[in-house]
Amino acid sequence: MLTPQLLGFAAFGLVPILQTMWLSLQQINPYTGDSRYVGIANYRRFATDPGMPEVLRTTGIYVAGITVLGLSLALALAVLVNHRLPGIQVFRTIFFLPALVTLAAWTLVWRFVLQPQGLLDQISGAVGLGSPDWLNTKGLALASVIVLQVLKGVGINMVILLAALQAVPTDLKEAAYVEGASRRRIFWHVTLPSISPQVFMVGVLLLVGSFQVFEQILLLTGGGPGRSTTVLSYYVYQQAFQYSDQGYASALATILFLLIMLLTAIVWLSRRRLVFYESK
Amino acid sequence: MKASSAVERRSAAATAARYVALVACAVVFLGPLAWLLSMSLRTAAAALGRQWIPNPVRWANYAVVFSFQPFANQLLNSAYIMALVCLGTLVVSSLAGFALARINFPGRGAILILVLSSLFIPAETTIIPLYRDVIALHWTDTHIPLILFPICGTVGVVGTFVMRQAFLTLPQEVIEAARVDGASWPRILIRIALPMVRPSLAAVVVLTALSSWNQYLQPLVFLRSRQHFTVPLGLSQYSDQYTGPMYNIQAAATTLSILPVIAIFLLAQRQFIAGLTEGSVKA
Repeated sequence: MLTPQLLGFAAFGLVPILQTMWLSLQQINPYTGDSRYVGIANYRRFATDPGMPEVLRTTGIYVAGITVLGLSLALALAVLVNHRLPGIQVFRTIFFLPALVTLAAWTLVWRFVLQPQGLLDQISGAVGLGSPDWLNTKGLALASVIVLQVLKGVGINMVILLAALQAVPTDLKEAAYVEGASRRRIFWHVTLPSISPQVFMVGVLLLVGSFQVFEQILLLTGGGPGRSTTVLSYYVYQQAFQYSDQGYASALATILFLLIMLLTAIVWLSRRRLVFYESK
Repeated sequence: MKASSAVERRSAAATAARYVALVACAVVFLGPLAWLLSMSLRTAAAALGRQWIPNPVRWANYAVVFSFQPFANQLLNSAYIMALVCLGTLVVSSLAGFALARINFPGRGAILILVLSSLFIPAETTIIPLYRDVIALHWTDTHIPLILFPICGTVGVVGTFVMRQAFLTLPQEVIEAARVDGASWPRILIRIALPMVRPSLAAVVVLTALSSWNQYLQPLVFLRSRQHFTVPLGLSQYSDQYTGPMYNIQAAATTLSILPVIAIFLLAQRQFIAGLTEGSVKA
C-alpha cells in the first residue's frame, strides 16, 4: 500500500534533490543540455558573485519580515475575532478570503493597487503624502512584497490560533482575574503560554514557507528595482531559466535547500525553550 | 453561557473599539478586491485612475477576456488537472496513510520522517532536474507533469499525513474484528476505514484542489502554448502588442479566476477551513 507513495516520492521528490546536488558540480551547455564535471567551481562562483550579498540580505529581510509580521498579525487578528459579537463570523470570513485567491491573482490585485495611478497612489495623494512609486523604489518594493504575502496567508494562521485561543480553559483566566491580574498580564502570562505550541508551529511554518517565493516577485517587481527584491529562490529561477545557467542555479538551489534544513533543525532544537508544555 | 464570565465581560466602549478595529482591518482586506472589481468594469481609457464607480460600466470586458486569448481552454485545463490531482492524491494518500497508521512493519518511523521531510523542500530546489526529466520524457507542453508531480510530491505527502492522523483515531477493535473475520487489508480500508474518515477525505480534497489551482512555477517552466496554459499563467497574457497592457481586461480575468473559488468556499466553508488548517496544523 505504501509502494505508490514511496515510488512516486523517490522519483519526483528525493531523487531530484540528489540530482540537483549532482548538477551543481557540472557546467551545463544551455543549447545541448550536455554537462561537464567542474567540481566546486559553481560554489566558488557563489562565494564571489558580486550580486550575492544583496540577494542574501534581501532574503534575510524577507524571511524575517514574513515570519515576524505574519505571526504578530495572525495573533492580533485571532485575539480580535475571538469574541462572541454579532457579525463576528463575517469578519473571520473576510480575513480568510485572501487564502482562497490564487497567489498569481492576489499578486495582480496588489499590482493594480500599487502601480502608478493605482489605489494606493490616490490615497497617499489625498492625505498629502505625494505619490511614491511603490514598485520602483528600493525599500518600498520589498516592503510591498512582504505585506501582500503576509495578508495572503494570515487568515489560515488566524484560524489555527483562534482554535487554540478557544481551547484555553476559562477557569485558568478566571483564577488569574480573581487574583487581581490585569487583562494584559493574563494575556501574556496565562493565555500566550497556553497557546505557545500553536504559536511555535505557525512560526515554523511561516519561516520555512517564506523561502518559497516566486510568482509574487515575478509578477510584481521582476526582482527589481535593481536586485532589491531578488530573493534566493527567485535568483535560482533567474539563473536557470533566464540566464540558462543550470549548473550555477543548481548550486544555488542546493545552498537554499541546506539553508532551510539548517534553520529547521535549529528551530526544532530550540522548541523546548520557546514552548511551554504542560507535562514535563 | 461562559462568555459572560467576569474575565470576558467588556464595557460598551471596549466593544465599540473592537468593531472599529475589525472594520479597519476588513477595509484593508476588501479594498483591493473592490478596486479589482471596479477596474474590471472600466473602459480601457479609464482603467487607471480614480473612477471608483465605472462610468460607463463595461460588461463587455468579460467577453474580451475569452476572445482575446483562449481563457476558456485555460479554465478547463486548470479544472481537469485539479480533478485528476485530487483523485490521484486521494488514492495514494489513503493507501499510504492507512499503511503508516495501521500496519506494523519495520522502518515505519523512518519512512514517516522521510515523507514529512519533503514538506520543507521548496519547488525551486527541484525544478531544474524535473525540467530536464520533462524534456527527456518529451512531456514539454503537456499536462502530464502537472498531474503526476504534485501527487508524488508535497501535496501527496500532506495528504498522506492528514489521512494517517485520521486513521489513527479509528477504534482498534473495529479493525481487529475485521482481521479476525478474515478480511484483507484493502477490503478493510475500502469497506470499513474510508467511510469512517469522510471529513478528512474532504479536507484532503480542499487542500489538494487549492494547491493544484495555485501552481505557477512548474506550469510556467513546462508549458509553451497558450492553449495549454493554466489559469494563473493565462492571467498575465493580457497585453496588446501595440497598445500595451490591457489592465481592465486583466482585472476582469483575475476577477473570474477568484469568484468560483470564493463561491465554493461560501458553500462549503467548514470543509475548507478544516482542510486548510489540518494540512498545516498536523503537518
